[in-house]
Amino acid sequence: MATASVLIQRGHHRKGDIVTLKAIIAHPMETGYRRTEQGAVIARNIIRRFTCHYDGVEVFACDLFPAIAANPLIAFTTVATRTGPVTFTWTGDNGFHHAETATLTVMD
Amino acid sequence: MRRLLLLLLLVLPVRAEDIPPGQRLSGFETMGAEAQAMQRDDFANPAMLSVREGEALWSAAPAEGGPSCQSCHGGPATMRGVAARYPAFETRQGAAVDLAGRIRLCQQDRQGVAPAARESGALLALEALVALQSRGLPLAPPGDARLDAALARGRALYTTRFGQLDLACIHCHDRNRGKSLGGTIIPQGHPTGYPLFRMEWQATGSLHRRLRNCMAGVRAEPFPPGAPEMIDLELYLKHRAAGMMMDAPAVRP
Repeated sequence: MATASVLIQRGHHRKGDIVTLKAIIAHPMETGYRRTEQGAVIARNIIRRFTCHYDGVEVFACDLFPAIAANPLIAFTTVATRTGPVTFTWTGDNGFHHAETATLTVMD
Repeated sequence: MRRLLLLLLLVLPVRAEDIPPGQRLSGFETMGAEAQAMQRDDFANPAMLSVREGEALWSAAPAEGGPSCQSCHGGPATMRGVAARYPAFETRQGAAVDLAGRIRLCQQDRQGVAPAARESGALLALEALVALQSRGLPLAPPGDARLDAALARGRALYTTRFGQLDLACIHCHDRNRGKSLGGTIIPQGHPTGYPLFRMEWQATGSLHRRLRNCMAGVRAEPFPPGAPEMIDLELYLKHRAAGMMMDAPAVRP
């Protein structure tokens, strides 16, 4: 089980406001290009894709590659529509899958 | 009066190499603004992921049936100030133990489980959680007379030339502190923020791992993590940095 944190910008969000979302996850992002002291290749182990769904709609997605550092922190924005769940999903090599959910509250 | 001055000169320890207290700088103060910003923001600091993992381990009872950390100690907040005073003298071992060693002894004796391996994620996570409770407190190594021998050995290691490059810690971290070594600034080597996330490692690691780096750097065979020599050296470094503010779990380039 991976350790991940998600953060929704604090404050009173109104409909139409731009809201910053951040997500960080503990992951080695092993590139697959390194070798052990004995010369054996260390198998690649990276997160391949990150998606974010807000109120059932995909609002952000990106592919990740070996050049991305360990414990990737991803920050992006979305437009507040109505109060609803925000689901952050990471998928990667070796069947890696992790999801976190938070709630974006929108004032009327 | 002259006799008094002479007496004072004899009594005061002559420590010409030491950095004057006003000139001591932690690694935080000598690193770049971007890395400082990363450390200041607990969300962006990857070492806080270790702390989160540590929180889960703290309250989890071992499968073997022993107590959890929580059931003996209470919440992690009870560990305030603990990390600032390690290494400490452990009566039953009759030797100095570092914080990781203390956690491992607890696991073995109180929890009845196999102690977590040195440098394992689980041990670093617990260490990071305990160290976080001392953030903002001054390093306060104990003035325990039973540690004097270990402290003297640590100081001797600090000033002894090592490896093919034939350098002692003191040559870089005291005499050439603040100067450039291949594009990086030589830090003063104060262990205020361990365990910490080092970008070069792309991982959270211990002070012993960092010392291992330095030893490999001067082409010496490093002591294994947790070795008595490592603990002696750690004890000396903590005394050398006594009173400096802890910033664990830190970020370093």
